[in-house]
Amino acid sequence: MTHPSQEELIFHYYGEGESRLAIEQHLDICDSCRLSYHSLERTLDRIEETPVPERGPGYEAQVWARLQPALRTGSRFRILAPPWRWAAAGFAFAALLVAAFLVGRSSQPPVQIVQTPVDSSARERALLLAVGNHLERSQMVLTELANANSRGPLDISFEQERAADLLDENRLYRQSAAGAGDAVMAAVLDELERTLLEIEHAPPRMSPAELNDLRTRLQAQSLLFKIRVLASTVQDQQEPTRQPL
Amino acid sequence: MELADSALVAKARSGDAEAFRALVDRHSRGLFRLAFRMTGNETDAEDVVQESFLRAYRQLNKFDERAAFGTWLYRIAVNCALDLVRSRKRRPEQQLIDASLDDPWPSVKSNDPTPDRLALSGEFRERVAQAMDELSAAERAAFVLRHFEGLRIEEVSRVMGCQPGAAKHSVFRAVQKLRRALEPLVGAAK
Repeated sequence: MTHPSQEELIFHYYGEGESRLAIEQHLDICDSCRLSYHSLERTLDRIEETPVPERGPGYEAQVWARLQPALRTGSRFRILAPPWRWAAAGFAFAALLVAAFLVGRSSQPPVQIVQTPVDSSARERALLLAVGNHLERSQMVLTELANANSRGPLDISFEQERAADLLDENRLYRQSAAGAGDAVMAAVLDELERTLLEIEHAPPRMSPAELNDLRTRLQAQSLLFKIRVLASTVQDQQEPTRQPL
Repeated sequence: MELADSALVAKARSGDAEAFRALVDRHSRGLFRLAFRMTGNETDAEDVVQESFLRAYRQLNKFDERAAFGTWLYRIAVNCALDLVRSRKRRPEQQLIDASLDDPWPSVKSNDPTPDRLALSGEFRERVAQAMDELSAAERAAFVLRHFEGLRIEEVSRVMGCQPGAAKHSVFRAVQKLRRALEPLVGAAK
């Protein structure tokens, strides 16, 4: 056999190579390949040695205890941020939250968990934090694609999956923003939604030309810039009492 | 008799909170292990475990019963971990491994603990964290799933929602980058 490629050696290490016997035989007779393989083996073995901290015996119960309140309120885990300026649109917001709740009821599993009263400012804070997280995650997907550099077709199925997840949330936040009279946020979310939709429905393997086309459109829309500004505004409103991650 | 994941998911969908709890009990440790490998940080890993279960709970109606629940949950956890790692990258003051905190990888077990090796182990761990941080999202996910979780490429691609070829290429690129960063240290410690 000719010298195996680095890729073949790597998957030989993982026991997934297609010509294992041929590679074994080659390593027996070829010093340079054997040296290269042993070097690879040593490095990957050392990485393997880095241990994971043990969890205690009651770990599962701790996870559940921490999870339950979040399931009750539908909020995220991180500590809630301070009130934001949408508080002034309290009435409209409350109506939207009810709508969101109804949407949630129709799309979520009906696990029976006792509802506890949550004040409206806590809901607003939860929504603010959720919008901030959503913008940050959307920005990451777009940045990943905008910065991708590939000479051949690029597999974007991973990013498409993420775009699809973000779309559902985006619709809800856009409707909430429009209902609360925040035209700026609604407009940015509307642009973002169209772009996410486009990514979701793009071919899973994007040619360099298609990728460049997407990149050009992102630049023309200044969408990333708009998202950054919006995310920064939302984050500023959270900063005073925001706890470290 | 212990119920299969699919049966527990069906019960959870029909309103059985205890069934969802059983899924949490069953998958918490595995999810923590994956999350720690992805984030390199205990606190972040705990957050990823919580967020993953919450997302799974919210999306139970989207779960395709023909798929394996564990694979689906891993997929959610990988996305959560990547979100967190990427957001942390955007805040440089928060490092993957905070040197001021307890060492998240407290002891490197070795069959051959030579003095040189022990002296280098701390640096090696730090370099692993740095090198992992340099990987792209897909490379990082693919490498953790293949190398630490022992998933075959087909399974890695299912978790990542991409083609096997793409998953394989991500693992390859990750290993190449890690080799470049770590081989000099491994050579020095042997």
